[in-house]
Amino acid sequence: MNDLWQAFFKAISLVVTLDDKLLEIVFLSLRLSLSAVGIALFIALPLGAVLALTKFPGRRILVIIINVFMGLPPVVVGLFVYLLLSRSGPFGVFGLLFTPTAMIIAQVILVVPIVTAITRQVLEELHLEYDELLRSLDVPWYRKVTALVWDARFSLTTAALAGFGRAISEVGAVMIVGGNIDHLTRVMTTAIALEARKGDLVMALALGLVLLAVALGINLFAYSITETVKRRHQ
Amino acid sequence: MINRSVFRALCLASVLLIGGFGSTLYADEAKSEITLASTTSTQNSGLFDYLLPLFKKQTGVEVHVVAVGTGAALKLARNGDADVLMVHHKTSEEKFVSDGYGVERFDVMYNDFVLVGPDSDPAEVKGTQTIAEALNKIKTKQAIFLSRGDDSGTNKRELELWKASGSNPKSASGDWYRETGSGMGATLNTTVAMQGYTLTDRATWISYKNKQNMEILFEGDKRLFNQYGVIVVNPEKFPHVKIKPAETFVNWIVSSKGQKAIAGYKLSGEQLFIPNAE
Repeated sequence: MNDLWQAFFKAISLVVTLDDKLLEIVFLSLRLSLSAVGIALFIALPLGAVLALTKFPGRRILVIIINVFMGLPPVVVGLFVYLLLSRSGPFGVFGLLFTPTAMIIAQVILVVPIVTAITRQVLEELHLEYDELLRSLDVPWYRKVTALVWDARFSLTTAALAGFGRAISEVGAVMIVGGNIDHLTRVMTTAIALEARKGDLVMALALGLVLLAVALGINLFAYSITETVKRRHQ
Repeated sequence: MINRSVFRALCLASVLLIGGFGSTLYADEAKSEITLASTTSTQNSGLFDYLLPLFKKQTGVEVHVVAVGTGAALKLARNGDADVLMVHHKTSEEKFVSDGYGVERFDVMYNDFVLVGPDSDPAEVKGTQTIAEALNKIKTKQAIFLSRGDDSGTNKRELELWKASGSNPKSASGDWYRETGSGMGATLNTTVAMQGYTLTDRATWISYKNKQNMEILFEGDKRLFNQYGVIVVNPEKFPHVKIKPAETFVNWIVSSKGQKAIAGYKLSGEQLFIPNAE
């Protein structure tokens, strides 16, 4: 119990003193996870929309595969990306291993299935609801898609936040492809793992609390935006 | 319309983010920097945090340390994913060089392994004369022994020590002999929680902060000698190896400057590594 309190006070003192090292890893964590979510959205939103609104052979299998991939163990993704980016792998010539870029790639792979699956679910339900209306209006398909996506934007924010949660809390994959290099690829989660290994459990837990606070900040930000927009809308 | 402008702002934000991502792609050239594959003991003990800023100040070369077990570090280097290797298992290191993956191996420093366990010492290893005797006591009492089980340098040595003591603890794996498959720090955390015994390098032990009632129960056998070596990865095998800064690093760490720096690293008054380059 004592350790828990110590961790709590340590977390506060880290934040209050604006510890340089802490700021560096918090900033890197945010940059990587937000980039990964941004890129993942560009892939997952169209993919989810296609799966929800069109019919083609193999669609159901693809839906199941994506749902299964939501449970991908991060370590497996890390190893997969490692083997791709290793100097002995197919993309070794780019020298991307142990860089922030490698970590973003791994996170994108982890985030895309979640955002795709939620997007598909949300749009499919919405489509069922509005199908007749849209058909009676006889609008072209791309108008239909934009109208549905626009209508679902708040639910899709939740999808993006779920993806962000997966990205920022992930440790196994970014440890393998980033290497936890000080001042280069050390993020919140790998720093926590390192402190735990050193036996400095208080510091590890304190960093965990800071990570939680950062995630809280992002979620409050997203929440306040959607609330503001909703209010103006009414 | 407010929601349009919010949408635009979000678009702009994502473009900026991706722009930032793109810049990381190209920013890393030009600077003189190398990747060093090394072991968790050198990182967790804080040695590199102390050594590398000194090295950078004197040479301008930035060293990126990837700290994994010795087995994993060797594998990384065999894939060409490191410029320099600094690990602690001489036979594997010599094989690495003779297989053509390394240029030449140099001794850098040493410390020793110690056997730690709860102060109550249920297997009564305190006062034994050799590490073989100590291990045999643990086996006879079936006291809990935590093994790294991760093909690290410490793990390799531990298995060699068991073999030399005439027993094969793997037959009791999952029973009193427990393999964590983790790094030294994580294994020490488990050892504390299970009140068992484990073999650790002295540097990790001294810097480890969660000792509770654990202490060193056996030390000093010459079989526990722990030598670290450094090797530049062979540029003939991997043309992308940054040979110049890599050689700068190796030359520095075996030079009197580097050796003095290693000797100067102390934690709670104790010297963690003893330099012994020739």
